[in-house]
Order: sequence, then C-alpha cells, then structure tokens
Amino acid sequence: MLVLKCPVCGAEGDETDFHAGGQAHVRRPATHDPANVSDDEQRDYLFIRHNPKGLHFERWRCDRGCGKWFHAARNTVTMEFRAFYGITELPPAELIAEAKGPWAEYFAERLKSESQA
Amino acid sequence: MKPRYSVFSLARNAMNYHKDWERAWRSPAPKREYDAVIVGAGGHGLATAYYLAKNHKMTNIAVVEKGWLGGGNTGRNTTIIRSNYLQDPSIAIYELARSLYEDLAQDLNYNVMFSPRGVLMLCQTEHEFRAFKRTAHANRLAGLDCRMVTPAEVKEIVPIINDDPNCRYPILGAYYQPRGGTGRHDAVAWGYARGADSMGVDVIQNCEVTGIQREGDKVVGLETTKGVIRTKKIGVVTAGHVSTIMDMAGVRMPIESQCLQALVSEPIKPVIDCVVMANTVHGYMSQSDKGELVIGGGTDPYNNYSQRGSFPALEHTITALVETFPIISRLRMLRMWGGIVDMTGDRSPIIGKTPVEGLYVNCGWGTGGFKAIPGSGYVFADTIANDRPHPIAEPFGLNRFVEGRLIDESVAAAVAH
Repeated sequence: MLVLKCPVCGAEGDETDFHAGGQAHVRRPATHDPANVSDDEQRDYLFIRHNPKGLHFERWRCDRGCGKWFHAARNTVTMEFRAFYGITELPPAELIAEAKGPWAEYFAERLKSESQA
Repeated sequence: MKPRYSVFSLARNAMNYHKDWERAWRSPAPKREYDAVIVGAGGHGLATAYYLAKNHKMTNIAVVEKGWLGGGNTGRNTTIIRSNYLQDPSIAIYELARSLYEDLAQDLNYNVMFSPRGVLMLCQTEHEFRAFKRTAHANRLAGLDCRMVTPAEVKEIVPIINDDPNCRYPILGAYYQPRGGTGRHDAVAWGYARGADSMGVDVIQNCEVTGIQREGDKVVGLETTKGVIRTKKIGVVTAGHVSTIMDMAGVRMPIESQCLQALVSEPIKPVIDCVVMANTVHGYMSQSDKGELVIGGGTDPYNNYSQRGSFPALEHTITALVETFPIISRLRMLRMWGGIVDMTGDRSPIIGKTPVEGLYVNCGWGTGGFKAIPGSGYVFADTIANDRPHPIAEPFGLNRFVEGRLIDESVAAAVAH
C-alpha cells in the first residue's frame, strides 16, 4: 500500500485516499503556440509517455483531503516516494539531477527555456 | 527434427522410468550474427520466432530473454481466450489467434490444453447490456459465432451465479462466445519454444539486452550480457519492459507499464465450467483443471515495474466476485501474483515497423495478450520477414497515434480483458 502526503493541506493517507493522475509535467503544445502544433507534437502530448523503470514523476489528487492536484516523485521499482511538491513546481534539484533518460532530457530542456525567459 | 510426442513415446519412456526424455529445447550460446533477433521469449516472442522459421523459412534467428522463457506475463495471466472485440481490426487479429489455438496442439505436437469452454460476459447495467448488444451485432457482421443470452440461460450455464434481481448489479443477460475458453499458458510458451528450437532457432535465456546498436537510421546489432550479437532485424516483444528497450534505440513509446494481478483459490470440486467476466464490477473467473478458481481484475492506476500489485486493487476484485458468486465467500486464496502490462491509450496493441530501419515492435497487449499469442506471432513474423506490415497488423502500426486513427477498445472492455 502506498502512503502519500499532500503538500498542500498536509493530509496523510494511503493510495485509496488519493487519486493517481498519470505522468507529471505534460505540457499542451497548443497552449504555448496554437498556430504551430505539428502532428508529432500533438501525438507526444496525447499519447507518448515517460515510462521509466526507476525514478518517475507523476500527478496525484488529494481526494479525501483538500481536493487539490499535486506532484510526486516515486520509484516505480521500489514504490518509494521521494518527494511531494506543488502542481506548479518542478521537483527538488537533487531529484532533477538524479533523473535519467527521457526525464533528464525533459528537465534539461525545461530549465534551459526557463532561464532564457 | 525432434522425436514426436505421442502415446507410443510416452509408453516407451514410461518403461525407462522417464529417465530418457530428450530436452524440449537446447540452451545454446549466442552466435556472433543472426538474420533476425527477437527480444523477449514470452508467448508472443516465441510464436514470432516459430512462424518466422515455419512460414518464412528464416531459421538463422535467435530469441533472447532476460530471465527464463515464459516467465513474464505469459505465465502470469488468467489464460482466457476469446475474440469478441468491438472494432473490426481487433476482431480480425483476435479471431485469427483464437482459430489458430484450435489446432495449435497438433501443429506444435505439444498439448496446450486449449479448452473452448465458452466465455460469458455479464451485462449488469442497462448501459452494458446495450454496449454488448452493439458488440454482438459487430461480431455477427464479422462472422463470429457469438450471441446474447438471457438471464435464465446464464443461470443454466453458470448455476453458482447470483441471480437475485434486486442486488446492486443484477444479471440482465450476457454476451456469450461458446468457442472462447482457456488454455495452458506455460504450455503455449514451451510448445512454441520447442517448435522453434527444432527448426534451428536459438532460444537464449538469461541474456539481457543492454543496448541496441545503430548505424544512422538502421539497427546493426544488440549488446547483451552474453556479448554483442550482430543482426539487421530486431523484433522487440518485451511487454511491460518495451519502453526501456525502445529507449535504447531512441524510440519513444505511447506505453505505460502497470501491474495487473491475478490469484487462485484453494482447489475445490468443479463448480464452473466456463469463463465468466463481470466487467461492471471488475472481475473475471474460471476454474482450472486442478480445481482452483482463477481470478483476475483490473490494473493498479499507477506505473509499476515491481511485479507486486496493490492490495486495494485485489480487494476490489474479490469484493466484486463475492457479490457475483456468493458461494466463493469462504474460499481461501492460495497464491497471488502480478505481471507488468504495457498499456496503450486506446487499449489496442502496437505491431509493426518503427522509425528505425530493421527495428520492429510488437507490444501494447496490455491486459489481454495471452489470447492473441498465435495471431500476434503469425502477423508479426510476416511483418519482419517481408519488411512491411501484414494486412491484419497494418491498422495497429505506431503511426496511428500521429494520425489519430485509434482502435478504441478501452470502452468496449472497460475492465482488464
């Protein structure tokens, strides 16, 4: 049984008190540049998913507490939660550094675009 | 060619106290180069190798497997075989598989114990009743032998079912495929392995793929824990681990890996002689030849590679089945286990070519792969041998996610199937 803690209201509970919402940090391309969304970008947004064996970042909802969505970092092999953080936030820096594969690529690009902005 | 199994070989070996049975397959060291390599020795991978050798005369091929053959989802499912899907492409591939199962034991000279005992899909809400009626019409147009049955007939087919019209989810009828049933999942893997091996295919176990070598847009080889294997064609058939393998080739997949659990009860006398699926309440059940009730339900809602599922998912399944079959409420459960299933957005598989030349993929069978093994291997072998999708595999290509041409089975079979 997974045990979670909501970073918004602080409620603690098991997985039946929360709702799993899939991969975190999925960005809808049309929100940023509606005029230039390629078919491939739309496919990536709708269907392509990071599916790491190890550290993963996902969305959860505090169903029986405050009802807010939040983010969680979890290991998909050990099931251990590494961090809970806000829905508008990026994960703690040490977890970003730990991320591998597609997640590492994603965070590198995201941090680059945010530093430029 | 290996000596055939028959009643005579059984008698002959019985005389020798069964000490002289030949091994069903070899355990060769990998050669330096193959014409094609299949990654993953589960049912789908071994079937692919078998049909590559049998139908396409490609015998200089290998199947590499991280663990032992048939040790993943092939040995972890609830062995249900049916083909009554809603969409035409699904009907075509699942019915091909189901019909191949009918004489698979003869074809492989290996008893896969295919038992067409009938699959009954309960309608427990008005909505579900209509949805299955629609599926029934679609299936009859496609020539499938399926029909709707009344609550009275359901009770006749499954006497232990709860037919109380006042319960929360009463039986309003059922959708029945008499030619569906079950098979012995290990035997399917073993039979295909033995068949492929006897035609010269190398089945290499304990050989984990650690990298895929590319030259430009082409694959040229595999890095494994048993050394580098050169090959121009790679078929990836690794179910829950397909994303990790495809990442090695730089191909991102529309897949999420989740845990699906199943469990069996202590063995009891025969109480149910067909497969019952209760999709509204999320559970399905049949009885094995040993007398155990074989029970499955839905997946956990989050990604998982641990082959251990969550307790709430299991509890949900059991609750549902106790409502449907009150007689089982005092049964003890013997074993439970989990398998890592590869879920696509539309709950339909992905079969075909990838953007990388020579790299083929067959995955996304999610919670319903066992029933499809012969058909999947048949069309995937054809796809690899001819470097173009088999007509039945064509709608299941990766490009359907770009074109938005989904094969939506997620509503038709809301629960795991």
